[in-house]
Order: sequence, then structure tokens, then C-alpha cells
Amino acid sequence: MQKEVVIKICMGTGGIAAGGKEVMQAFIEELKQQGIDATVEKHCSVHQVGCRGFCARDVLVDVIMNGEKTTYQFIKPDMVPRIVEEHIVGGVVVDEWAVKEDYHAFHEKQVKVVLADCGEIDPESIDSYIERGGYEALKRVLSEMSPEEVIKVIKDSGLRGRGGAGFPTGLKWEFARQKNSDTKYIICNADEGDPGAFMDRSIIEGNPHSVIEGMVIGAYAIGAKTGYVYIRAEYPLAVERLKIALAQAKEKKFLGENILGKDFSFEIKIKLGAGAFVCGEETALIASIEGRRGMPRAKPPFPVEKGLWGKPTVINNVETLANVPYIIRNGASWFAQYGTEKSKGTKVFALTGKVKNTGLIEVPMGISLREIIYDIGGGIEGDRRLKAVQTGGPSGGCIPESMIDISVDYESLQKVGSIVGSGGMVVMDETDCMVNIARYFLEFTQTESCGKCVPCRIGTKRLLEILTRITDGRGRPGDIDLLLILSEDIKAGSLCGLGQTAPNPVLSTIKYFRDEYEAHIHDKRCPAGVCKNLLTYTILEEFCKGCTMCARVCPAGAIVGEKKKPHRIVQEICIKCGACFETCKFKAIRKG
Amino acid sequence: MITLLIDGKQVEVKEGTTILEAARQAEIYIPTLCDDPRLEPYGACRLCLVQVKGMPRLVTACTTPVAEGMEVQTSNEQIERIRKTIVELLLSDHPNDCMVCEKAGDCTLQELAYFYNLRENRFLGERRQYAQRDNNPFIERDMEKCVLCGKCVRVCEEVQAVAAIDIAYRGFNAKVTPPFEKDLNCEFCGQCISVCPTGALIGKLSIGRGRQKDIQKVDTICPYCGCGCNITLHVSRNEIIRVSSSPDNINEGWLCVKGRFGFKFVNSPDRLKKPLIKKNGKFEEVSWDEALDYVASKFREIKDRYGPDAIGGLSSARCTNEENYLFQKFIRATIGTNNVDHCARY
Amino acid sequence: MAGLATVFGSGAMTNSIPEIENNDLLFVIGSNTKENHPIVALRMIKAVRKGAKLIVADPRKVPMVRFAHLWLQHRPGTDVALLNSMMHVIVKEDLIDREFIVMRTEGFNEEFINNLEEYTPEVGEKITGVPKEKIIQAARMYAMAKHPGIYYTMGITQHSHGSDNVFCIANLALMTGNLGKESAGVNPLRGQNNVQGSTDMGCIPNLYPGYQKVDIQPVREKFERLWGVSLSDRPGLTAPEMIAEAEAGRLKAMYIMGENPVLSDPDIGHTVKALKCLDFLVVQDIFLTETAELADVVLPSACFAEKDGTFTNTERRVQRIRKAINPPGEAREDSWIIMELSKRLGYDMKYTNIEEIFQEIGMAWPAMAGITYSRLEKGGLQWPCPTTDHPGTKYLFKGGFPRGRGRFTVVKYRPSAEEPDKEYPFVLTTGRILFKYHTDTMTGRVDPINKVAGEPFVEINPEDALILGIEEGSKVKVSSRRGEITLKAKISKRPGKGVVFIPFHFKEAAANMLTSSQHLDPLCKIPELKVSAVRIEKV
Repeated sequence: MQKEVVIKICMGTGGIAAGGKEVMQAFIEELKQQGIDATVEKHCSVHQVGCRGFCARDVLVDVIMNGEKTTYQFIKPDMVPRIVEEHIVGGVVVDEWAVKEDYHAFHEKQVKVVLADCGEIDPESIDSYIERGGYEALKRVLSEMSPEEVIKVIKDSGLRGRGGAGFPTGLKWEFARQKNSDTKYIICNADEGDPGAFMDRSIIEGNPHSVIEGMVIGAYAIGAKTGYVYIRAEYPLAVERLKIALAQAKEKKFLGENILGKDFSFEIKIKLGAGAFVCGEETALIASIEGRRGMPRAKPPFPVEKGLWGKPTVINNVETLANVPYIIRNGASWFAQYGTEKSKGTKVFALTGKVKNTGLIEVPMGISLREIIYDIGGGIEGDRRLKAVQTGGPSGGCIPESMIDISVDYESLQKVGSIVGSGGMVVMDETDCMVNIARYFLEFTQTESCGKCVPCRIGTKRLLEILTRITDGRGRPGDIDLLLILSEDIKAGSLCGLGQTAPNPVLSTIKYFRDEYEAHIHDKRCPAGVCKNLLTYTILEEFCKGCTMCARVCPAGAIVGEKKKPHRIVQEICIKCGACFETCKFKAIRKG
Repeated sequence: MITLLIDGKQVEVKEGTTILEAARQAEIYIPTLCDDPRLEPYGACRLCLVQVKGMPRLVTACTTPVAEGMEVQTSNEQIERIRKTIVELLLSDHPNDCMVCEKAGDCTLQELAYFYNLRENRFLGERRQYAQRDNNPFIERDMEKCVLCGKCVRVCEEVQAVAAIDIAYRGFNAKVTPPFEKDLNCEFCGQCISVCPTGALIGKLSIGRGRQKDIQKVDTICPYCGCGCNITLHVSRNEIIRVSSSPDNINEGWLCVKGRFGFKFVNSPDRLKKPLIKKNGKFEEVSWDEALDYVASKFREIKDRYGPDAIGGLSSARCTNEENYLFQKFIRATIGTNNVDHCARY
Repeated sequence: MAGLATVFGSGAMTNSIPEIENNDLLFVIGSNTKENHPIVALRMIKAVRKGAKLIVADPRKVPMVRFAHLWLQHRPGTDVALLNSMMHVIVKEDLIDREFIVMRTEGFNEEFINNLEEYTPEVGEKITGVPKEKIIQAARMYAMAKHPGIYYTMGITQHSHGSDNVFCIANLALMTGNLGKESAGVNPLRGQNNVQGSTDMGCIPNLYPGYQKVDIQPVREKFERLWGVSLSDRPGLTAPEMIAEAEAGRLKAMYIMGENPVLSDPDIGHTVKALKCLDFLVVQDIFLTETAELADVVLPSACFAEKDGTFTNTERRVQRIRKAINPPGEAREDSWIIMELSKRLGYDMKYTNIEEIFQEIGMAWPAMAGITYSRLEKGGLQWPCPTTDHPGTKYLFKGGFPRGRGRFTVVKYRPSAEEPDKEYPFVLTTGRILFKYHTDTMTGRVDPINKVAGEPFVEINPEDALILGIEEGSKVKVSSRRGEITLKAKISKRPGKGVVFIPFHFKEAAANMLTSSQHLDPLCKIPELKVSAVRIEKV
């Protein structure tokens, strides 16, 4: 009996971190040991694939036998022999390790466009991409379409920049096309820097050719001969796969001199960023490529007028470019069927925080936050209560639970004081302190501010100092107003997007959670029980059984009491580590 | 030419002019710390924010070019509030030691603090503190007073083409520094000092030598090479304590190390103060009358004995036109010979 | 100076400093502009940043090379070969400006062209050491530019064939028609604040103020009327001639105002000896210089900050200097001293203030007649400025040359007077450094400058240093046929192989101990300071 077996192992950064390489090695060895290669060698292959989004369950392994796919989750190398023996040899699925319904629920409401091939193809094989229709779009563009026609398709599709600002991509290309210049550039902005965001990394790791194909099409549309991928050096795997992909594309004449034999030449260079968040801002990014300190400059002139080395330059985000081949292949109206009136297509989000299913998701624009959190995300961890959703990273804002039926699109999120941003989405529950969240983001933006303009350099520092003193219990009456006024001035006064949006986490948390601020300032209390200086742990006598567990774990020796009698915490000695709270089996310790 | 309205006033300027420059031409004041018309626009201090009708955000006047029919408002409640916040933020991270600061009286930050009447500060917090000072002999670099306007960095690169300094670190810790925090080692043209709006960059030679109000400023010409740079001598108590240069002259306000810092010879103790006559191989101080009578008698004696052509005169490329004219006239008309030359005439 | 005056009829920068930034090509030859004319260099850099091309020709890798599109590292003293070779290419490739040559010049004849015939790029390469491709490229770049400016200083003039060098530069500009227009011309940059002025004022043995010749009778008569005395009709002695005549015992007395020839002139031993031969030496200065030490009488004078008057800068701009402080002790203005002396010698110059002297200059020389102190309050004015409503002259020769037509000169390459040989195998070239000025009487008294300028040094190529076993900072003895000095070695790729450089500021290791006062340019008598043969030995 001949069996056709394909094994796909998730080898994105997440997969590798969870042990993907070891699992792959285990499969190869186990199959060899079992002698399976002798009988099914040609038909049994082990592939690495890119990220499929559900990183929380890595290592994920697909076993496809005769077209029937079984997905295993949380796989470790020592589990491999049993899968090989029972499933591949014996033909019986190892049910207890296979994914359950919730795994499918995670995928069910997603619509995959740019992630469609991620996790399916081998990112280090151009043939694998071509098999699934890769470079068809480029072929069509070069043989059938004028640059203007390409631009029209992109315009009609309604594609908008996925980097955060949401500027219509077709329009940007059109501006660049119209500029009269012997030299133009197209830059792929892969300087993904929002904390917890990894959309762009996963796309490049999982399907680098889609980005390259998008870039070549873009270059053709605007008339560029040189392109850059500005990618952070902290993404070694993505850089490696991109390099491999570029070499392969060049070999196949999708890149380089006279692409596909046509009168169009284009080359792509990789420029590594040094990890400055601000270099995601386009003018800072340009300065960085030019070898200068990555600092933004005032716009206008926009890069499309005066960009890299003073030449017209289009800067597109990774996800934006990755959409392009699919739009060309399937048509503008296919793409426009997804989304809302003004926000078309899908958007990839990095869903993290207190949600059950964390990972990378791609959803149609216009989906509600509720669907994302409860249907895809599986609800809140420990079935606690949802408090807020933070979108857009450090530039975004917090949306309170009361608004989770809001549609996820550029306009709606902006209306409530947040943004779509590059796609970070952090779910917070009742154990999260909103003042602390704001402080966290300000700490990030302050460190990442380039220091050029005064409102951002000193203003965010002062915001951070005020927030810190509030969370430390040193908040003063009037601090909320001071935060508000300083935030407004920073927003209106800063030079670039970083400063202009840095106060958003502060403003939105004050707007929706002002009472938490007030509790910190006036009552010296952190309602969520997060801010250490504002916490007290007390033992509720009526619940305490005198088991002495708490006294034993207390590292400060702050808990006193006799056996079988209620204990007491000496507040002067307590270091508020929370060890007693976690240890107590009788819920006799109160935090707050 | 482009016509626009600034605060209701019709202004006509050349295409490519910035709003800030147009306002200056119309004598409308817009505050700024980081602009210098001789440098590329930078837009960092944000003090020149103005409202342009039809634009969604406030824009910096220094970076925004004028457009036909543009309507600009240089001041309103929001703009003034932001400007005040900016100055207040700067002062919250400043030593505020104006009593002993060399720049007091000529400091843009001090002036802004005065006009915004900033006695209190809502934003007091951490202040940058740097123990180490630069050991170079010319330029005192007090980076605690730096407002990061970037003028020094820009002038060093754009004008002087040296790029001895740049901004390092991020956020609040951003700092102008030579590479790796080394001591400054450059051409020491002092262009950076001349553009610094605060006391962050000061010529070491002038420290503690005179307050602004006591300084007398005299415009003259540099005594070194033939460029003929216009300089302004800052004089206090019959001593030159500083040299500056105004931007609206042939050298555009730029000087070199000699022109800016090479003035100490004027007040050198080595200066000749009395006429000297060599007697028995040694110089003795004498009165002017004795010296002049002696020289005149010797010239007359030699002229009478050997004729005027036995006397020669060398004039100087360091002296004025008037003195050179008089010198050759003296040799030709008084002595009676054409034996007059100067060494640098080639 | 004399060179340009011969071919154009007047010698000065033809353009102004602000025009530099609109050059589309700058040809900088024999000028270490960034160190010696730092502010002119800033304009050049501005031009380059605006898109102009820059050619630097210099035996040393001077700082301007960093901004250059093309660097021609020719051997010291081979400028004629380099320039003739460039002109050979321009003629061969027919890049000349025929209309300009026909309408505005003379001497572009067979003899001139035949002479260039010899200087093929190959010959140029052989003499100068510059690859012929670069010579051809430079020729094309210069000839095809619309607004090319040539800038030179002592690297061109301080040679025994200095005038020839200048003639070649003039030839190059004339054949391409790059004169008499804005941002295109021939520009000698002046090394001292008022060289232009002291020359304009007639401190030249054969010229009265305004370049008027002493041996032309009507001119002399005009000055006799103006000054009310009869004047000598014999051109006088040049500075080197005075030194020679002093040594010969024929010149008996000298009056030296504000100069330090002991250090600035070549062959110090010779200068000192000659000055000691004088019966009487008066030196008028602000410091007791090396020259003043030899004087019988020293008169203390006021420096630039202690008096009123005017300086004329390198671009013919007359500018006011103003008194800021009082002179120290009893030091007095030079003008007061001269007038007092003159009075005692029976010729009373009656001026009640400095401006009256200036007004008399205007009477003597029409080109300055339109300039008044009150006009100068608003900034300098560039001569010619004949009337009080004349705006001054930005660039020269707009309508034509003072001598009528610009003259082409046939120039043949002559090697420098003292070529290196077995005994003295290195070529010494001298010059200034950024931090120091001339004989260091001024800069030497500014402590911070001394701190950064450091000690005297001889710059030597690493390859030569290796052969001689010299390391950075080694003490070396440099000797020539005139004398020797000991100083530290600075290993640097700035000079080419076989070339060494010594700044002449330092009296403790005076470069002019080594240079020669004998090798003079026949026309203008300038000494060959830029090429001397020397020997280097490790001490």
C-alpha cells in the first residue's frame, strides 16, 4: 500500500522558539528508523512552513495523509515516535494531541488573503510559491498592463496603507508615477516596532515572495529602478528568508535586469535597521537609509516629492505590498468585497493579552471587536471580565468593554480615540490597571523618541513622570488636568507621528477610566491591584484557617500567627510580593 | 512672486520662501529657537507653529513654503498655549542659572521665558546632569543648557563640512556630542558658538570677562587672511573679550579659528609700549620726541651723505590703506626715492 | 600680480567671493583653501553642495581634495606642463571659444598653438606624474563648464617661474572665454588682510597708487602737483633687491613698517646678514619681532583694533576698520608716526583725520574716487568705483580688458631652479596651517591656538618614512644648501612620494632657513618658496 504523506512543521520565529527544529529532526529520524523511507520515501516529505498564526500552540504539526489533514498542537520531540507509529504507520490519529474545536474556531472567522499561503508553502522555496500561483500577477502586469492600469486596479481595490496611517496605496503610487524624475525609489517598510506586534515579520518569514512580487509590481507602476527593504536587524530569520527569496527571484528573472525579458529592470537592496522605533516613521527611515541619524523631518515635502536622496519615493508597509499580488491576481472587486465602505480588504492583527487564543489573525475590515475577542480569541482567560482593548500599539488608545461592538476599521477606531495602527491588539481584563498601562506605553515612547522636537522629547518625559508618580501613590490633585493639557500640546505640537500619537494611551484611558486615575490620586488605591505602592494585603480572619502556608512562603517574614488561629500581616514589613495571596487555598487574603 | 496673507497683512515674497521668512520680511514676529536662514529648515523647537487656513494641523512656519493665496495666523490661543508649554518644558530641564550664565542678556531662551512670564513651572522633574566637561581650549560645552535645536550640528555639517558633532542617544537623553563622547577635536571655527541660542556653547576666552550690558560692540574687519571677513569686536574694559560676525555680510557671519579666537595678541603683555633705541647693543625705552628726532636726524644724515636712493622702505600688508598710502608718500615725497615695497605683493 | 597685470592690464581677483557659489566648476590650483582661506572655502563647498564640480590640483592632498570630483596630484613646480597639457586637449578637441578669442584677445596665433602641440597628455603625464586620463578629464570638465572659476594662491606664484604659471592660467581662461562674466574668471586669493590694499596704494617700487607708473612723465607730474614736491623718475628697488643692495653696502638705511622679513623671507641667514650690514634700521611694529631685534630704533604702533581706516580684501572690496580700544602704553597709530617723522624731515603732511588721507587717495586714483567713509558705513565697496553714485564692480573686464585685448602668452615648461638630486633628494614645499598665521607674531600669542597647533613638523609620506626609518614623532634634521633645522616628523599621506612639507610659522624650526633667496621669478622677483631641494636625516 502506498501512502502519500506530507508533514508540515511550523517554523516561524514562534515555532522555532517552541522547538520546531527539534521536532522536525525527530520526525526525520523517526521515519528513517521505522524504515518508512524505504517504502514511502518519495511520498513522505517533511516540510518547514511559515507562521500560521496560532503561535500560542506551537509546535504545530500538520500530518497530511492521502489528502486528509490532521493538525497536532503543542508537539515536542518525544511525542513524535507515537505519532509516527500510531498515525503514520498505524493510520490511527492520536486524538488526544490533535487540535480540538477551539482551534478551528480560531480560524473560522478569519479571512486569509496575505496569510493565505503562510503555513502552507515552504518560504525558502520559490517553486512552492509559484505552485500556488505566485508571480502570476507580475507576469500579467508586465505582459498585459500599463503602469496606469496597475495603479487603477490598486485604486479600485480600495487598498490602504497597513502601516498605520491608512493612506490609499493606489493614490500614493499615482502621485509618484506623476513625478517627473529620472530616479525614483520604492521602499518596503519592515521596521515593525510596536511592542507585541509581529505581523510583518510573520509575513516575510512565511511568504517572502509575496512581498517581493508586490514590490516589483509597485516599482513598475511608479517607475522605480531600485527598491529597499528596510528591516530591523532583530529579525534574523526574516532577513535570512528574504535574502534567499531575493536570490531565487533574481535567478528566475522576476528581479534584476530585463525582468521576464521585458524592458523593465528593478533591483532590491536590504537595509538593516538598528532597532530604533522611530525609524518606522518614513522620513526617519529615509534618513537612516542615507546613513544619517534616524530622525524625522517636517512634511511637506512628502517622500513622494522629495524622498530618498531627494528623489520621489514611495514607502509601503510589508502587509500592504503583500496584498498587491493577490489583488492583481483576483481583481479589485474580489478584494473590495471584504471590509467596509472606506476600509477594504482584510487586516492582520497580533492578538495578545488576556485572551485565551493568542496569535496572528487576519480578519475582514469591519469585523467587530467582540467577534475577535470572543469568537477568534475564545474569550478572556480564566473567564474574568474584559476591561478594555488596546489597539494600534503605543500610538493607539484603549477601547473600553462597553464599546466592543464597534467595527474594526480605520474610521471607527479613530472616532473612539484609537487607531488600527500596524495591527497590535492587546486585550485587558479586570486585573489590568489602566494607569499602569498608560505608563507602560509612555515609557516605551519616551525611550524611543528620537529627541528632536521639544514636545516629544521633554513632554513625553514629563507625562511619564506624572503617570509614574500617580502609580507610585504620589499623585497630586490637578495631575489629571495637567496630563490632559500636556497631552493636547504634545499631540498638536510634535514633529512626527510618534509624538503626535504618543499621548493617545493617556488620553483614552483618562477618557474611559478616569475613576481609576482618581482612585490612585485621591484614595491612594489601585482598583486593579497592580500598582505595588498602593497595595495592601490583609488576612480576612473569618476565612483564615491558620494553616500557616502563607507565613511559610512569605520571604519577608511579615506574617505572624499561631497554628490553627487566624494570622496577621505586619504591614511595615510586607514587601507586597503577593506570594501569600497566591498560596492561600482559602481565599483568605485580600489584595487592594 | 507669491502673495499671501499673514495675520491679515498682505505679503509678497519669492516662490520657495518659508512662512517664517515671509513673516520676517513683513516684520511679523514668530518665535523660534532652531531656525537660521543660512541653514536647512529643521522644525525641531516647534515654537514657530502657525495656523494655515485649510490645513488640518498647525504647521511649523520654518519648514512650510508659502503658497499663493495662503492665509496664515501666527498667533491664537492654542498656539500661544503650546508655545508657553514648550518654553516651560525647556526650562523644566535647564539649570536656570542665568545669574552666572555667560549668555544672560543675549539668550533666546531667557528672552522667551521673560515674554511668557514663566516664573513657575508646572513640569519640574528630572534634569539632565553631566559632570564631564569638554577639555578643548576654545569651546565651553555645557550640555545641560542645550535645547537640542541642532543648529551647531547643522552648521558643522552643512556649512563647515566637518561634522564633528551629532546627536547621540534617544528621547530625553538625546545629547549633542563628538563621537564616543570624546573631547572636541575639530577646526575650532566656532560657528557652533555663533548659532547657539543658549549658553550651551560659549567661547572659553570670554568667560567671566564682561556682562552683556557692559559690552561695547565695534564692527571692523578681520586682521588675518585676505578674505576680509566682517567681524564685531566685543570690548569690555579696554579689552577684546569676544569676536562675533553678523550674518548679513560677505562672510555670512562665518569665521575661522583665527578670526574668531585669535584676538588675544591685541592685549598681549608682549606688546611694545614705548619707543626703543638701541644703545650699546641694548634697547632702552625713550620718549617719542627723542626717538622721532633721532630717526629723523639719521635719515637726514644718510640722505645728505649717500643720496635718497640709499634709503629703502618696506611697508606692510597688515596696515591700512591710509597708512600704506602715507608710507609710500613718505618714502617718495619726504625721502625722495621710489625704494618702497612690501613683501606680500606678489 | 605682475603676471595678471601684464596680460589683462590689471591684477586682482576678477570675481567676488559671493559669486563663487554660482560657479558650476571650480578649478583650485596651488591653493590650500580650507586652511588658508577658510571662509572662501566655505563658499566653494557651498557651490559643490549645490552641484558644482571641483577640480583640485595640488601636490599635497589638501583638505579641499575631500570635496573634489577630480584631484590632480602633480609634482611641485610642474604647473606649466599640467596647464599646457590641459590646453593641448582643449585645442585638440576644439573646445575653445572662437568668438571670444577673435573679439577680445590677441596672440592666439600659430606660435602659441605650435607651442601647445608639444604638451600632449602623455608628455604632461611624464612631467607632472598625473595620469593622462585625468588631464584629459580635467580639460574637458573646465572647457565644457558654463561658469568655471579658477582659484590659486602662492602654490602658483612662489616659483622661479611663477609668472609663467599665472600666464598659463590666463591663457586657459582666455581660450575658453571664461572672463568678464559673472561667476567665471581668474581669482588669485590674497593671503593677508590688506595685500590688495598695500599694492593698490603703490607700495611698489615702480608704481604710484592705482598702478600708475613712476617712469611716465605725465603721471609723475600729476603726483608732483598733488603732493607739492618733485619726485624721482627712477623705479626703486624691490624687497629682495633691497636686501641684496644692503648686503652689498649700497643701501644704507631701511624703514620697515609692520613686516617681519627675517622670518617671512627666504634664506633667513642671508636676510639677517644683510640687515646687519645697514647703517640704520628702523622697525615699526606691535611686537619685538625677529626683525625688530636687529633694529637701531623700534617704534611701537597700534594694531588693527586700535585705529580707524580701511582694508581692501582679496576681491577688491574696500572696507572700514574701526577703533575699538586704546593702544597699550605709548604705542601710536602708524599714520601718526609717519606724519611726525615727515614733519621732522621738513615735509609737513597736514591731515586732521584719517578720512582726509582716504579722500586724497581718491584724488590720486580715480578707481577709488567714488568711495567715501560714509558710503562704507553700509558695507564695503569694490573698486573700480569712480563716482559717488557708482555701485562698485562685482567682477572685472565686463566690457573689455584695461589693456585693450587680453593677451595670450607662449609659455614653455622650465623645471624649478633647484631640482632634487642625490645629495638633496626631497622636494620641500612650505605653507601655512589652519591654526597659525604667517610668522606667528599674532597667533603665537593666543594660548589656545598654541595648544591645538602644536609643534613645528615636517610632513613626510609613509613610504619615504619607511625607507628612512622614520616614525611618527621622530626627530629629524632637514637640511638644504642654505641651512638646516631639526623638528618632528609627521607621517602623512598628504604629500606624495619624494615631497615634504613644512609650515613656515615656527621660529624655533623656521622653514625659511632652508629656502633660497636666489631663485627669483624674472618678472616679479618672487622667490621660489614652494620648491627647494632638501635632505632628511633621522636624529
